Amino acid sequence: MPTKRKSVTSKWLLIFVGLSYLFLILLLPAINVFYEAFHGGIAKFLESFKDADLIQAIILTVTVALIAVPLNTIFGLCAAWVLARNRFPGRALFLSILDLPFSVSPIVVGLMLVLLYGRNGWFGPILEQADIKIIFALPGIVLATAFVTMPFVAREVIPVLEEMGSQQEESARILGANDWQIFWRIIVPNIRLALIYGVLLTNARAMGEFGAVAVVSGSILGQTATLPIYVEQAYKDYHTQSAFAAAVILALLGVFTLIIKEFLERKGQLHSHSNRTNY
Amino acid sequence: MVSLFIKSLNLGLGEFWKVATSPIALSAYNVTFLTALIAAVINGVMGTILAWILVRYDFPGRKLVDALIDIPFALPTSVAGLVLTTIYSPNGWLGQLFAPFGIKIAYTRLGVFVAMLFISLPFVVRTLQPVLGELEPEVEEAAASLGANNGQIFWRVIFPPLLPPILTGVALGFSRAVGEFGSIVIIASNMPFVDLIAPVLVFQKLEQYDYTGATIIGTILLLTSLFFLLIINLLQQWGRRYAN
Repeated sequence: MPTKRKSVTSKWLLIFVGLSYLFLILLLPAINVFYEAFHGGIAKFLESFKDADLIQAIILTVTVALIAVPLNTIFGLCAAWVLARNRFPGRALFLSILDLPFSVSPIVVGLMLVLLYGRNGWFGPILEQADIKIIFALPGIVLATAFVTMPFVAREVIPVLEEMGSQQEESARILGANDWQIFWRIIVPNIRLALIYGVLLTNARAMGEFGAVAVVSGSILGQTATLPIYVEQAYKDYHTQSAFAAAVILALLGVFTLIIKEFLERKGQLHSHSNRTNY
Repeated sequence: MVSLFIKSLNLGLGEFWKVATSPIALSAYNVTFLTALIAAVINGVMGTILAWILVRYDFPGRKLVDALIDIPFALPTSVAGLVLTTIYSPNGWLGQLFAPFGIKIAYTRLGVFVAMLFISLPFVVRTLQPVLGELEPEVEEAAASLGANNGQIFWRVIFPPLLPPILTGVALGFSRAVGEFGSIVIIASNMPFVDLIAPVLVFQKLEQYDYTGATIIGTILLLTSLFFLLIINLLQQWGRRYAN
């Protein structure tokens, strides 16, 4: 069959074209992080961690994530429950607003925060009187991070909540369960995997956010520079080895996130590829 | 967001228009939107091929390749900028292949292009995969048995339902590329009229305490992303019509 042979040829041709493109555009950069960090040897890699600024950047990044991630987990759960269980006017608008952080440039997010909380911003005078510093300080970094990571938990949990329906919750209520019991015994076990993945995505983005944080933090090394900002600043100052050492930590976080995602998808309860395009 | 709009409304239309259409801003829009469009369209074609081979064909390492598609989502943008600059600099892994021909990639507009290509790659693949998975090969076989040739089968049977998700993916990738800052600020030289993109222009204006200028360019960017959010919603509705 000539057509059969032709389709086999075109199959391997397409696979070759697709994989070559993927290799050049995605895989090579990913391999390069590890190559650049380690090709001088482990000792040289570890030496970068003697830099106090790098340690400070790691501490700051973890601190910001520890505040922003729980905040958005709670918010995400509430938003998901409201949106999945209720039909109300403006629901579609609410859903679109929830997606805004995905489509707005992180720079614009930072700009909005500066216009609100900066010295000449709306709340600027009040904040100055109360001696509270938000822009160029930790609260600003947390706000920026919380804004860009807002949708992840809700976006992962909504489809699962919608699919499971509200019957189990209603039965539990009739049997006398209170809200707290319903939440922990019915909802959490059902949405467990989606929730874990949502939290993981929130964390990955929280630790990796650059643009919005760059605007509000002032990028002062050793003070307000998070890990992604340290990467940029160190590279600009020709400390290439330190830049790649910090980059490896962030890349490992990414690899970890992807592996857990694969694992959760294989367990089957995660909606493979649903809404997975909105980053 | 409200604060951004009110601040720009306070400026008055004349002032707004003057800054929004200043030569430096116009050139930044040109670099941003045109480069993002080219990158998104190329990824539209390559993403379709990738989604096709991932859904339709079986080959060793398919699962791994599927997972790799998400790299741009998982790698922080400043890390992406760092490695792309390293790879595409004149003595980097890929840059040295182009250097003999006098083609510079890092610190030029081509650098902006490769960064946009990197970050917008997953969108088409991820929007297309579920739709492609639901497409039944029986329909194609029916068309073939009715005498349709391969070209006809592709353009008349396979392609029409795939068009909405492909366009959705292209629009998502485009709007992501337009907003991108982290990787581009590192790989570009950020020179006005050369390879300066609009988000970097906003950042530079903020660094110079030109809040008015930053607000105006920022508003333009925000309006564009709202417009594309609308387009994407419409495309998704169009796609749902096919699904039913």
